[in-house]
Amino acid sequence: MSLLHGLLEHHCRVDSPVHRLAAGPKLAAGLCVVVAALVFPYAKVWLALTALLLLAAGLARLPWGFLTKRLLFLEPFVLGVAALSLLRPHGAAVFASLVAKSSVCLLAMILLSATTPFADILAALGRAGLPSLMVTVLALMHRYLFVLLDESERMSLARSSRTFSRGRARSWRSTADIAGGLFVRSSLRAERVYDAMCARGWR
Amino acid sequence: MHIPDGFLDAKTALATAGLSAAGLGTALRQARLHMPRRSVPMMGLAAAFVFVAQMLNFPVAAGTSGHLVGAVLVAVLLGPAAAVIVISAVLIVQCLLFADGGLSALGANIFNMALAGSVSGYAVYAALRRVFPGPRGRLAAVAFASWCATVLAAVCCAGELAWSGTAPWAAVMPAMTGVHMLIGLGEAVITTMVVAALDRAGFADGQAGLSAGRGGLLVYGVLVALGLALFVRPFASPWPDGLEKTAAALGLGPR
Repeated sequence: MSLLHGLLEHHCRVDSPVHRLAAGPKLAAGLCVVVAALVFPYAKVWLALTALLLLAAGLARLPWGFLTKRLLFLEPFVLGVAALSLLRPHGAAVFASLVAKSSVCLLAMILLSATTPFADILAALGRAGLPSLMVTVLALMHRYLFVLLDESERMSLARSSRTFSRGRARSWRSTADIAGGLFVRSSLRAERVYDAMCARGWR
Repeated sequence: MHIPDGFLDAKTALATAGLSAAGLGTALRQARLHMPRRSVPMMGLAAAFVFVAQMLNFPVAAGTSGHLVGAVLVAVLLGPAAAVIVISAVLIVQCLLFADGGLSALGANIFNMALAGSVSGYAVYAALRRVFPGPRGRLAAVAFASWCATVLAAVCCAGELAWSGTAPWAAVMPAMTGVHMLIGLGEAVITTMVVAALDRAGFADGQAGLSAGRGGLLVYGVLVALGLALFVRPFASPWPDGLEKTAAALGLGPR
């Protein structure tokens, strides 16, 4: 089992008032929080939004450890981009406000993804006008993401149990071979998936 | 290179969202009209593949590691229209499921990586293929296209951050471009090695019958040019360039 399996889906299976909300309104609420955090750049607004989000997280009975872990995992990306603002005059204040803003938005997105099954989000996006071809591609991608993840882990494990050299060139070569092999397997699987879809009456 | 929420102002977010929607809409329309139906699951699996391939790390130096981005890889293997759809799908899932890349910056991220990165990489590849035929020429074209795509995406990203007033152009442009000129080298090597591995395995490009949909290149080109005109042109130097300066010094300039 990969890291991602554990991180994601099982928090969606809990029952709580937040989980029971329909995906469409929840997506809209997430968008509203993000827009509000961006349009009103005041510390008071950010604190209020954070309190609101933490209340929702509490209602959803999300483990605090999970929330912190996700935030800490994603924060380096925010800090990395925000560090560029330190180069301008009065950079420190801009830096602090960027990090605060981004963290509020991150919290909102983590909460949304942790309490809503992706299939429901997709259905809501489809109703909101995302073309059906895109919805199908996204659904297939999500369905096979974890299958391919396991497949790549098996291939990496098999590779590392057979090779003993640690040279950099060799390891680049074998990473490339794994990626190539994974692509071949993905496209062969796509053929089988297409046959199976047709057999089930997909038009 | 995923821009998080909070780094773009309203005008940049809306402009990039509009450009990306137009580009993705064009790609979806082309896919519906010109691609065989069996390409639909192929695009879904290719998107899952790109996501997983981005998690394969390779050691760079001093304990750091890099990973494949895959924008040009998909464009070369499946064609530009499929690449726009596939890379957009990857970015949408990364945003909505993993909170990687902001919701308000989704348009910008799709513009940078799916349109500017993938499609312009494909254009460079296709142009070089005409000059350098043969399997070695193909690998050289893939390598150069991957490097160009990485750098162009970084330039767009820097332009958007500067246009939003988040960071000064004079700082963000060299920082982003400089770093990505190096990252692009890694991307070029690893993309070329993957294509070489696939060629050895007998996987020709467009093998999944997706090579259709090259006609949209003009539309994507106009969209990317429009984006560059918006985010990057404001920062073009107002000073005369070397040729203009010499001409002026010699009295040859326009009177």
